[in-house]
Amino acid sequence: MGKWKTFYLIPYGLWLLLFVIAPVALIVYQSFVDVNGGFTLSNYQNFFGISAYLKMTFNSVVYACLITLVTLLISYPTAYFLSQMKHKQLWLMLIILPTWINILLKAYAFIGIFSGDGTVNHFLEFIGIGRQQILFTDLSFILVAAYIELPFMILPIFNALEEINPSLLSASRDLGASTFQTFRRVVFPLTLNGVKSGVQIVFIPALSLFMLTRLIGGNRVITLGTAVEENFLVTQNWGMGSTIGVVLIVAMALMMLLTGEKKKEGGHVQ
Amino acid sequence: MKRLNVLLSGVVVICILLYLTGARLERTEGHSGSRTLTIYNWGDYIDPALVKKFEKQTGYQVMLETFDSNEAMYTKVQQGGTAYDLTVPSDYMVEKMAKSHLLIPLDHAKLKGLNHIDSRFMHLSFDPKNKYSIPYFWGTLGIIYNDKFVNGKDVQHWNDLWSPRFKNSMMLVDSVRDIMGLALFSEGKSANTTRSNEVQAAYNKLTKLSPNVKAIIADEIKMYMVKEESPIAVTWSGEAAEMLDGNEHLHYVIPSEGSNIWFDNLVIPKTAKNIKGAYAFINFMMRPENAAQNAEYVGYATPNRTAMALLPKSIKNDRQFYPSDQTIAHLEVYNTLPSKYLNLYNDLFLQFKMH
Amino acid sequence: MKKGTFLRWRNVYLVTAFLVMYLPIFYLIFYSFNSGGDMNRFTGFTWENYSAVFEDSRLMLIVVDTFLVAFLSALLAAIIGTCGALGIYYMKRRQMRTLFLSLNNILLVSPDVIIGASFLIFLTILGIRLGFTSVMLSHIAFSIPIVVLMVLPKLQEMNPSLIQAAKDLGANQWTTLTKVILPFITPGIIAGYFMAFTYSLDDFAVTFFVTGNGFSTLSVEIYSRARQGISLDINALSALMFLFSLLLVVGYYFISHEKKVESTKKRKEDRVAEKKAVETL
Repeated sequence: MGKWKTFYLIPYGLWLLLFVIAPVALIVYQSFVDVNGGFTLSNYQNFFGISAYLKMTFNSVVYACLITLVTLLISYPTAYFLSQMKHKQLWLMLIILPTWINILLKAYAFIGIFSGDGTVNHFLEFIGIGRQQILFTDLSFILVAAYIELPFMILPIFNALEEINPSLLSASRDLGASTFQTFRRVVFPLTLNGVKSGVQIVFIPALSLFMLTRLIGGNRVITLGTAVEENFLVTQNWGMGSTIGVVLIVAMALMMLLTGEKKKEGGHVQ
Repeated sequence: MKRLNVLLSGVVVICILLYLTGARLERTEGHSGSRTLTIYNWGDYIDPALVKKFEKQTGYQVMLETFDSNEAMYTKVQQGGTAYDLTVPSDYMVEKMAKSHLLIPLDHAKLKGLNHIDSRFMHLSFDPKNKYSIPYFWGTLGIIYNDKFVNGKDVQHWNDLWSPRFKNSMMLVDSVRDIMGLALFSEGKSANTTRSNEVQAAYNKLTKLSPNVKAIIADEIKMYMVKEESPIAVTWSGEAAEMLDGNEHLHYVIPSEGSNIWFDNLVIPKTAKNIKGAYAFINFMMRPENAAQNAEYVGYATPNRTAMALLPKSIKNDRQFYPSDQTIAHLEVYNTLPSKYLNLYNDLFLQFKMH
Repeated sequence: MKKGTFLRWRNVYLVTAFLVMYLPIFYLIFYSFNSGGDMNRFTGFTWENYSAVFEDSRLMLIVVDTFLVAFLSALLAAIIGTCGALGIYYMKRRQMRTLFLSLNNILLVSPDVIIGASFLIFLTILGIRLGFTSVMLSHIAFSIPIVVLMVLPKLQEMNPSLIQAAKDLGANQWTTLTKVILPFITPGIIAGYFMAFTYSLDDFAVTFFVTGNGFSTLSVEIYSRARQGISLDINALSALMFLFSLLLVVGYYFISHEKKVESTKKRKEDRVAEKKAVETL
């Protein structure tokens, strides 16, 4: 038994070491290096000292919460209704299919759809509201971000719904519960784990979106991800970029810790 | 297990097929010879016909790779994983690359046609003796407007941008030095200033511009201006030239009180494997007829004086892109700032974006 | 009656959701037939954009390379990821398991830019030439965690007595693995493979960092082309890609659907095995 266990862990452990631990170590190391290559704490002092960075962190968290919320509100009913369909696996595949079209292409399509001379504005003109500035607003940014993240939220919720034992539902119905009551008392609590992992999968990337902030948000929305990209690719201040990266990693760890703990409780029920 | 086996073998077969097709396509693309010259250039920054001509004349195979920012290029060259023989950094990046020992000094004896280059554009501050670089194109920073929505008289100067009538109607290029620079120029200050109070004042002034700004983006400005998404934009002359081609209502203005002049330059990075080929290419591009053809295709201003004479009148007399000597006298090249000040510029620009 | 309106609303909602999901794609496809050259006004129907795609041999090469990377990296990631899931599953100590899972999830939730930048630094240290190899390694690396996350729940669903039963019946490790464990977790592996495939096809940022020497994937190529103003060739290409994905999904559905019957049979067998195991206890 022991031999097999180590065999499984060799390729995986190698991967962990080379592509997870080494890069993270490099980033942590970089965050303590100043522009001239010496040891410094100034990156962290700057991050927590300059109000701009704190404001940016706060803004990112607010945007990420909004995006996650919008995604959840759209995804849950979709997953729920999907799970009741015949051929649901096929429908599920079809709804994730757009993920395979390159994200940049979709972003460009949205630029066309939202632009001043675009489809949405043609429609608004048609129904008599008139042209609006849609592109480069918070609204369009949140909607497009939610659109991109939808499949990643739908999948875990759908899986959680699938795992519910159908006899529980019929039992609830037999006991005289209405569809809504069944949903509230039985279905929803049982899918909480799916919701949690969906939130996990969506929230952190939403915190660090960077392509969309520019393409759709017109750089009027700055997230932590934008700042990382700026620092790595534009201003080449790798130290600061890494520092923000470390903050993101810590945020992620906290998030996992919080949601992970509860998961175990859920596990006990089984 | 059977299902897994079927899928596994299916995937392997697909991979083999893809690999074979790829290999065949690669052969038709002709990426196999040892006499290749790898050029790392900005996107769409050379006339493809010239590349063909060069290949025919010299027998080298040219491989073109493109980048979208000086910094991305710098990272790749520094990493050293690719054998770039030539690349095209902007002025300040030449200085930075030279300082980081990423460039091979040019042997002027091997260069033919250096005398064609306009003497005004030689020996500039970023490379005083042209030890590493030969100017490829040059241009300016300015205001582009659409005469359908804006009267040309209203946007001749940087300060005009602050006018309340332009609420939510301009796009700015996403570049620290240029945007901090426009605020500094508008105050009659140098864009290379290292006086903290001047930089701070420029930032304070910029925050007042915020309500007028629709977006701070880069290459997309081109598309948006042509599609009339925005009446005004601040961008570089080369971008502007392409926009003007796409929409006849657009015009480009270099504010006479001062602006930036920039240069993109041919250099040989230390990753070069085919140095002989790199010289051949530089010499080829310095030949007036080639430089003129390239300038006509790309739409940027050529530093090649003889080539300029070969250009059609409508181009060489266009004050938007070949400004008068008087205007040129007010133009300023960006110097590399000491890192302390660079960080100040960067932080303030980030704050401006969030404003 | 009430149920009828509920069903109707359900269908309306789903149809709307589908329309929204497909809106940008249909938008792209619609204009791929436009002879006008932009995505604002439809001026006339043409196939020109499609023939341009097939004539562009560089683009075709990039398409082939992109799919090769996607298929192959997903395969290797699926293999390594399954090993990893098995390894984690067999871990006895809970802290170890949590530690490994947390490490596993780092790449999943790190911003692409950070992954790209750190991989670039790291590959440089290793002295790996940028190009096919570096892109492939990176794609395998960032696809592994999702495979683990897809396979592990299936393992945990598996009744441990099943393995015990197999052991009691005299099966060695290899047979237990291939006859009991792998068949049970196959859906997880396949789901993981598909996710890895999707990640690879969809990735832009990491590839952007680690590519070089003329090697390019579709995302990177689209990025550099689309910034020069959208060209409808790219629209035509995305229409073709979409068609291909559609075929793949329908094909996948029929493969897995065919097996449905088999798997219900399988489930019965599992129950029998379970019962046997209980009896032996």
